[in-house]
Amino acid sequence: MPVITMREALNEALHLEMARDPRVIVLGEDVSGGAGGTSGQRDAAGGIFGVTKGLIHKFGEGRVIDTPISESCIIGAANGAALAGLRPVAELMFADFVGVAMDQIFNQAAKFRYMFGGKARTPLVIRMSFGAGMNCAAQHSQTIYPFMTAVPGLKVVVPSNPYDAKGLLLTAIRDDDPVVFFEHKALYSRKGEVPDGDYMIPFGEAALVREGDHATIVALGRMVPFAEKALEKLNADGITCDLIDPRTTSPLDEETILESVSNTGRLVVVDESPPRCSVASDIAAIVAQKGFRDLKAPIQIVTAPHTPVPFARELERAYVPGPAQIEAAVRKVLADG
Amino acid sequence: MQLNRDALLQAYRRMRTIREFEERLHIENRTGEIAGFTHLYAGQEAVAVGVCEHLTDKDWIASTHRGHGHCIAKGCDVGGMMKEIYGRADGLCKGKGGSMHIADLDKGMLGANAIVGGGPPIAVGAAIAAKLAGEGHVAVSFTGDGGSNQGTVLEALNMAAVLKVPKIFVFENNGYSEHTGAAYALAGQDLGRRVEGFGIPVFRADGFDFFSVYEAMRQALEVSRTGGGPAAVYATCTRYFGHFEGDPQNYRAKGEVEKFREESDCLKGFRARVTEAGLIDGATLDAIDAEVLAEIDAATIAAKSAAPPVPADVLTDVYISY
Ligand SMILES: Cc1ncc(C[n+]2csc(CCOP(=O)(O)OP(=O)(O)O)c2C)c(N)n1
Repeated sequence: MPVITMREALNEALHLEMARDPRVIVLGEDVSGGAGGTSGQRDAAGGIFGVTKGLIHKFGEGRVIDTPISESCIIGAANGAALAGLRPVAELMFADFVGVAMDQIFNQAAKFRYMFGGKARTPLVIRMSFGAGMNCAAQHSQTIYPFMTAVPGLKVVVPSNPYDAKGLLLTAIRDDDPVVFFEHKALYSRKGEVPDGDYMIPFGEAALVREGDHATIVALGRMVPFAEKALEKLNADGITCDLIDPRTTSPLDEETILESVSNTGRLVVVDESPPRCSVASDIAAIVAQKGFRDLKAPIQIVTAPHTPVPFARELERAYVPGPAQIEAAVRKVLADG
Repeated sequence: MQLNRDALLQAYRRMRTIREFEERLHIENRTGEIAGFTHLYAGQEAVAVGVCEHLTDKDWIASTHRGHGHCIAKGCDVGGMMKEIYGRADGLCKGKGGSMHIADLDKGMLGANAIVGGGPPIAVGAAIAAKLAGEGHVAVSFTGDGGSNQGTVLEALNMAAVLKVPKIFVFENNGYSEHTGAAYALAGQDLGRRVEGFGIPVFRADGFDFFSVYEAMRQALEVSRTGGGPAAVYATCTRYFGHFEGDPQNYRAKGEVEKFREESDCLKGFRARVTEAGLIDGATLDAIDAEVLAEIDAATIAAKSAAPPVPADVLTDVYISY
């Protein structure tokens, strides 16, 4: 299997699906990049992270649409296009810009199907980069999938590797509901084996990344490779863990998590968002509610602190949860019972 | 000419300081020591300085992601700015904000803003405060051609007009929003007419010419400082560097920037204007250039050797820590 980056995997999924289904359009700021420029080079950017590179040449301006800076209208237009029969993939660059488009996402897209008595479908994907690690400071680094997970009607995807990214994006575009697709900006260059052709990864099915006996680690996005790192150290001391990557936070694969906890008796949840009302606190609550009798020790959550994301390298390093904290949390659940 | 010699010298020094600050960052950026995004303002100095030379510390400005020039023009400490960009503990924002979030409320600088379109509504609020205080102060927002397409900006224009607040909208059309040209993304092309649609008077300026911007801002202030409500300054200009440091700019024609640098540079234009009119001699301006260079040298060296924040600082300045 070819080894490619997550950026390339996402790009492949877009190419495949746009070729297969003429209803798919891509829109957002600079998704081709260079419209109205003086060099005449129409594909100067291919999206700020290069994920949409090359699409403009294959599919043309009608389907690869550079927009003005107008997040509210980008999502609104995607909503309308979806209701009218297209399958838009909108790019919001940085997840933080969701703030500008929030009404169109959580009051409009998320609710059409329900409010209209099941008659409407909004087959829309909203792609955005998220996460800290590149010193982009407080307005370009946030981990906001908990907000989106909290909204009924939205499906929320958080891939951690190229293989999952491609399969999940294909599923997302073919899904009839609005899907918010979170790409960690520090993972775009992460490499992995990815098959050339078409394949789908169903939503609500977690990946069991590692198997082990002593504890269950649930981690998302960039926290997955960090948990793998932590496990290398723990393994050297004879400690093994299940490492579960839920891949989608809505729907969430509760079953896989609960089953693992029933085997290991201990749970550590790792989430890059701040701790309150996070995916970590949500999963911890589900396990406390449904798997309490299986627990031998209090659940540990590993999250960012309850602060905005800082700029300086030293501060951001202190902000982002890393392998050391994950390792410590696993040792703590083992010490506790 | 309305400006006396001291005012001219100060305007020149500020424009030169912005230029030198940005050129230095462009060079230093290659060392890899500067983290995160840096958007340079070089080329647009005449706009920031032409606007801010009219303002005092009691007038407010709300800036953009390309904020260094606005900060310097508003009188922010250059050493503190440099340290902030290097993420140092004694940077203007303690290293927490970086290039895109420099603020100094004592100078009336409400912050650079990494959310395009975030500033104008904030400046409407500052203008409400200025109106209530009744001391003749104003609030100014800066917005690019790209930002002008954001709904928040249109909402701010409308609300400022409805509330008749002393708010000046400065629009800087440098031709691009990231990689996308204004030729493509700005419907109607003449942004000024859009603003006039809100009943707001627009004073157009050549953004390459300090005197043109200064005069447009003077006229805008004549409206806003005297209870006439909002006004706008619309300046056309260009940026010399990429959207952010590292941008190869392959959406721009070869030689485009060089031509601007050669033919319409605001510092060259200023120099020619004041020396030809016999107001200031070249040697005086050269001396300022040398002083500014030394100041930027010192600021850069100080920033590089300044102490970073300690990790525990991540938990300060927020209402609660977990
Ligand atoms: C709400 C929001 N959308 C998109 C961006 C990404 N972005 C940053 S700067 C920029 C272009 C701004 O163009 P313009 O307003 O013309 O200012 P210029 O960069 O030319 O100074 C974009 C799209 C952002 N920071 N915030």
